Amino acid sequence: MRTATHTVPSATADGTSRTLLAMQNVDKIFGADVVALRNMTLDVQEGDFLSLLGPSGCGKSTALRLIAGLSQPTRGAIRWGTPMADGDLSVVFQEPTLMPWATVIDNVLLPFRIAGSLTDEARDRARDMLARVGLAAFEGAYPRELSGGMKMRVSIARALVTRPKLMLMDEPFAALDEITRFKLNDDLLQLKDSMDCTVVFVTHSVFESVFLSNRIVIMAARPGRVIRELAVEAPYPRTEAFRTSAEYAAQCRAASDALHEAMGGDVGVH
Amino acid sequence: MSIDPAVPMADSAPVLDREEAQRLRAERLSRTGRWALPILVFVLVIAGWHWLVTAKEIPHYILPGPGLVASTLWQDFGILAGSWLVTLTVTGLALLLAVVFGGGLAILFTQSKWIEMSFFPYAVVLQVTPIVAIAPLIFIYVDSKIAGLLICAWIVAFFPILSNTTLGLNSADHNLRDLFSVYGASRWQRLRYLQLPAALPYFLGGLRIAGGLSLIGAVVAEFVAGSGGIGSGLAFRILESSYRLNTPRMFAALTLIVVTGVAIYLVLSWVTWMLLRKWHESALKRDA
Repeated sequence: MRTATHTVPSATADGTSRTLLAMQNVDKIFGADVVALRNMTLDVQEGDFLSLLGPSGCGKSTALRLIAGLSQPTRGAIRWGTPMADGDLSVVFQEPTLMPWATVIDNVLLPFRIAGSLTDEARDRARDMLARVGLAAFEGAYPRELSGGMKMRVSIARALVTRPKLMLMDEPFAALDEITRFKLNDDLLQLKDSMDCTVVFVTHSVFESVFLSNRIVIMAARPGRVIRELAVEAPYPRTEAFRTSAEYAAQCRAASDALHEAMGGDVGVH
Repeated sequence: MSIDPAVPMADSAPVLDREEAQRLRAERLSRTGRWALPILVFVLVIAGWHWLVTAKEIPHYILPGPGLVASTLWQDFGILAGSWLVTLTVTGLALLLAVVFGGGLAILFTQSKWIEMSFFPYAVVLQVTPIVAIAPLIFIYVDSKIAGLLICAWIVAFFPILSNTTLGLNSADHNLRDLFSVYGASRWQRLRYLQLPAALPYFLGGLRIAGGLSLIGAVVAEFVAGSGGIGSGLAFRILESSYRLNTPRMFAALTLIVVTGVAIYLVLSWVTWMLLRKWHESALKRDA
């Protein structure tokens, strides 16, 4: 469904930093006058962990849906630096979004089932993915038997099982308790590193975005737009030590200040 | 397993505090009550009925006692069995037609909004028109009596399946729909792997209602059809017996109808439980 008719040239020839996708002056207007996004321009480089950070209603989920091809821009374009086939892009929603009637392994196998490639190799890959998210023992379980955190792990396993070039995550951990969230943040970074994929991550948590990302794009609401971009310079792998470091605290403060500035001192922000 | 010397192994029985013991006892009681109480009520009603008939010396053509009904059922079973089979056949076929056409229409409706908009109102019209009012017309246009009965029973039974299944097919999680789009699922895959499983609990709910309704439809239609002869069901036996003031046989035929209705409900409940027990909320046991 995402035909890569428009492609942008690679940023560099040596492949260190190639553009995966570029949103170019994208507007999204719902109905005649609800401006969800105004003039959004964004480059995602291969290997990025990019967070879209902003308050409710700033259009970050809309941006994600546009990238996923679930919705089309009113104006502007989204261009891909590389051809994208089905399975090269995956989405993780705020809810685990599992099929309650299917076992864990069948949920993870969904992308292969739709692609018509439900082979033994696919099953092996699904088992491997479940092992990577720590759920090897649960492949025959039904979603209702799992905790919220475990369901989210299944959802991530399903998103990564096709080895996508890009994984889109829409506030995936917002409904989880903090202890579970920290653990999932750690594991997500490890998975991203080992699977070698690019992540665009929507969140309204400053702390989460700083811990995870190398780039944070701050957005503001009414109309949804990009305010500014921050780089988080701390090197990967980031561990529990980074979470308690002065560097992390300083980055969080910088991001928090930038967010406040973006809000223009708006008090109703949380 | 290692034994920790600090913990005395006095006895291996698990310790139940008073609250838990009480809860367990209440649970056991309610488990027994679930089947024992209806049986008790049944026995009391039968005994009361028997007492009423004998104490007041009610003639059997007004109200036969339970013993007479049972013996009539036994003696007339040769006559009643044939009619029972007819009623069972009409009910079963009507339910099958309701599943095929109710479910099929629901699938058609979700495939095209235009078809749904065009035809759903007429499904409602069929549903709200009393079957006794259209049955005489149907028997004018349809020569075969069985076919007429089937059409009547189907009209009564198909709507719950149609409306429930339509609701179910449309109630698949919207994020899952998006996910199917992201992976480029075809219309068929979407139906097969997302909408049909999501609709199953709704369909089964409609099926249980339709099971009872197809029996009611079969019986009501036969009352309207009226004429007897070969291929007449239990409803006709009731009519015939009432003309002859054979009240015990009316009760015997009624008993068979009730048994059939209860059996249909039990079978469909069992089917529902078997299909949903692994994943659906309605079939889950949970702790207090």
